[in-house]
Amino acid sequence: MASEKLYLYPIWIRIWHWLNAVLFITLLVTGISMQYSNPENPLLVSFELSVELHNLCGILISLNYLLFIFGNLFTSNGKQYKMKTKGLLNRIFTQSIYYLFGMFKKQDSPYPISLENKFNPMQRFIYSTAMYVGFPIIIASGTAMLFPEIIIPQIFGFSGLLVTAILHAVIGFVLSLFLFIHLYVCTIGSSISSNFKSMITGWH
Amino acid sequence: MNLSSFKHLFLIVVFLCIVSFGFGQETNEENKPESNKNQKCLTCHGNHTFKYMNEDYGIEIKEKMYGDRLIDTIAFSQSNHGMFKCTDCHSPEYEAFPHAGNLRMELMYACIDCHGGDPEYAKFHFDEIEEAFYESMHYNRAPDAFNCWSCHDPHSYKTQASTGGKISETVKYDNNICLKCHADVSQFELLTERENINILKTHDWLPNQELHFRSVRCIECHTQLNDSLLISHVIMPKENAIRECTKCHSENSHLMASLYKYKSMESRKSNGFINAVIINESYVIGANRNQYLNLLSVIIFGLVLSGIFIHALFRIFKRK
Repeated sequence: MASEKLYLYPIWIRIWHWLNAVLFITLLVTGISMQYSNPENPLLVSFELSVELHNLCGILISLNYLLFIFGNLFTSNGKQYKMKTKGLLNRIFTQSIYYLFGMFKKQDSPYPISLENKFNPMQRFIYSTAMYVGFPIIIASGTAMLFPEIIIPQIFGFSGLLVTAILHAVIGFVLSLFLFIHLYVCTIGSSISSNFKSMITGWH
Repeated sequence: MNLSSFKHLFLIVVFLCIVSFGFGQETNEENKPESNKNQKCLTCHGNHTFKYMNEDYGIEIKEKMYGDRLIDTIAFSQSNHGMFKCTDCHSPEYEAFPHAGNLRMELMYACIDCHGGDPEYAKFHFDEIEEAFYESMHYNRAPDAFNCWSCHDPHSYKTQASTGGKISETVKYDNNICLKCHADVSQFELLTERENINILKTHDWLPNQELHFRSVRCIECHTQLNDSLLISHVIMPKENAIRECTKCHSENSHLMASLYKYKSMESRKSNGFINAVIINESYVIGANRNQYLNLLSVIIFGLVLSGIFIHALFRIFKRK
């Protein structure tokens, strides 16, 4: 396994990533505070503040997403999110077996990190799905909630606002699961904090 | 058929036609709609212009009907009072034209004058409405000028909230009652010395203002809830109006006791969505929560955290 340092995260990715992280966590906390609003629960942010912060961070994370899209379009980073469908399940299965058993047996990672493959197949699949499926849906539904007059009043007999809100909440929930798993998987490095430091310095 | 038979048949048909026409005339006269009894009044008051003969000079005069004396005949016929004759409420002396000047001084009936203490109308709680009205800031600011008709035009008023129609139509109808004065300086200044009314500016703190105005009635925030009345009539001073979002955006949504009261009385809760009656026509963040989705999300989140925890334990254990 190569031990030399790799410059994996150029400055624009690090800026995008940390902005995304701060905004996403704020959106998560304020989103939960709105959905489960209760003035008697001190753990939740007040509804008024939640609405303002959620709207502001929603707009900012959408703009930040544009940075991600354009960055991936015009740099080689975009390739990291492309994957061949042939053998994809096998590659994800191999990586899963490593996480579940191999790493405890001190085996080498089946897909070691390189400049060409920053992500293992499982990460590649999950990150691509989150960024190219989850994010567009949550941004589109969030924009619609910000301008509710553009929402179709009835969708299949249900209130359009309700369908949009549920879609937004469900995708938000799935992305929040991704956040927790992402945070945990990031502790699996040469040390618990090494991957976090990499996203600060850019060097892996 | 020979000629004689044809003649007989023809005469019978003609006879039947004459007889049925006669009965028809009689029947129409008997069933004449009550609103037609107002034809004489509405000839002038139902049109933007009216004509009368100046007997002194022998000329016909055409004049414009003063807006406040103009009756929307369709709205009147569809209103709760559409079956009444004008002179049921107004002096019979109005039947003479030109109307006597002193008739302008006649005192108008209030709701309670007809509906008070009447068991037939007990379900509308007119007596409690009257009590609530006397507590309202509308009455207390202008006790001589403000009456039932200031909000409820007797010539067009019809009950909305208890008819089970679309909430959006109820909201529009009820808000238009408020806006008649609160968005029209000429009406507003009849009751107050205050100037420069601008409800958009005074409500600029409200997020998604347009959506709120379209989906919620003014009275949801500006009246004091009343358990026995479908619509509270205690209009509060603006200082007491609800400004806390969570009054509506919470599980115990205020809207369930006001805007959706009629519907919620019919079906309070379902097993799926909390405050399900709201989502039939709208969606209120914080007030609508799906119990199944909530449970599912807790289970999935718990499983993910458990998986992470167990994996972390194995890492710690294997490191040693």
